[in-house]
Amino acid sequence: MLNLRHSIIAIAAIAAVAVPTAYAHRAWLLPSSTVVSGDDNWITVDAAASNDLFFLDHRPLSQMPLVFQPDGSAGKVENHHVGQFRATFDVHLQQQGTYRIAILSDTVLGRYTLNGEVKNLPRGTTRETLAAAVPAGATNVETAEMTSRNEIYVTQGAPTTTIFKPTNRGIEMVPVTHPNDLISGEAATFQFLLDGKPAAGLTVTVIPGGIRYRDALHEITLTTDASGKVTVKWPNPGMYWMNVTQGAPREEGPGAGAPQGGPRPMGPLTRRVNYMTTLEVLAP
Amino acid sequence: MQIRFSGIAVAAIGAGLFPGAAHAQTLELTINVPRLKVAEYHKPYVAVWIEKEGATPRTLSIWYDQAKAKGEGTKWLRDVRQWWRAAGRAGKFPADGVSGATRAPGAHKLTLTGGRGAMPALTPGKYKLHVEAARETGGREMVTLEFNWDGKAASARGAGTAELGAVTLTLKR
Repeated sequence: MLNLRHSIIAIAAIAAVAVPTAYAHRAWLLPSSTVVSGDDNWITVDAAASNDLFFLDHRPLSQMPLVFQPDGSAGKVENHHVGQFRATFDVHLQQQGTYRIAILSDTVLGRYTLNGEVKNLPRGTTRETLAAAVPAGATNVETAEMTSRNEIYVTQGAPTTTIFKPTNRGIEMVPVTHPNDLISGEAATFQFLLDGKPAAGLTVTVIPGGIRYRDALHEITLTTDASGKVTVKWPNPGMYWMNVTQGAPREEGPGAGAPQGGPRPMGPLTRRVNYMTTLEVLAP
Repeated sequence: MQIRFSGIAVAAIGAGLFPGAAHAQTLELTINVPRLKVAEYHKPYVAVWIEKEGATPRTLSIWYDQAKAKGEGTKWLRDVRQWWRAAGRAGKFPADGVSGATRAPGAHKLTLTGGRGAMPALTPGKYKLHVEAARETGGREMVTLEFNWDGKAASARGAGTAELGAVTLTLKR
């Protein structure tokens, strides 16, 4: 028992090192525009983790983002620069429709015992590389999956939905209201999927930017209904950060509950899934 | 207002959504662009569009910086934000018979004929005609005129307080 507790603490420690932004600070992507007209525009994006939204007071999100173009093809990240407080990059918009810009993370954290020595899985281990990352003869394999999606949407011209085609991994948004069609005073409905299925009971937190200049957080906390949907009524125009998490830890995977001391089946002990976005709400 | 009439545009725009009108309707619209005492003045982008409940809103006119190289003037169309959402983003600009250059302060008269150019032939019912102005380094304002078209005559007037002056319309057949 002591052993197990020890390893859970260790995993928590690993998690804190590997993805500090998921817990200690809010990770965000802030686009210079979300609704643009014409057929040849640039946008620039700040990528950072901070306490106050959207102020640069902590660390950059240094991971290279991905760009999904309206026609489904991969776009280019240009002028990527990682500074002390933020990463910045530009995206050249040349197609009509909605772009998705994402920082995705789908990793396995964990540790194992080999020849009496406890070792951590190498950083960047994924489900695909997990089998290769655990050497033969390893025992007490403990793993935790972390699937995190931080993405924003930008529309040139009329909104489109090609880029919302789910990948069926982690938490994903399906627009009922298009996220680039949000107006103060109106209500917007979004559906969330977990691994491709409508996810009931997810916790959705919406926080308006500009935290530094007010006393109260003014957060809106919602829970997805049976069909995975929430409806948000926007109190004011501005940029909002939205975070979607599972309210309670997922049931333990096959790595849990095995007898201590002997070889343990490999598999996810726990899984953490997370979705973040920044939404621009325009004035009516 | 330089409206170029295009037969193809008439067929494409006029058909379907406001069906059934037979006789020519004349819409006269006067838009006052106020003279403003500001340090940096740019002529406003102005959009005019018409809405009937249950039908797709239709752009009647959009004044923007058309002359800019490589269509760069279209970059700011989204700042005429209510129009952009209602009708603008569904269109392509420049558009024949719809887009024109920005205009200086003063009274500007538009005469549109139902079923020609951008102007659909109107079936009887309740309409809203919106005029929205957005000015670079300045403000934005929308004036909405509501009228009931009985097939014979209608008129409406309104006024802005900042970016638009008086706006009047008369519609007759």
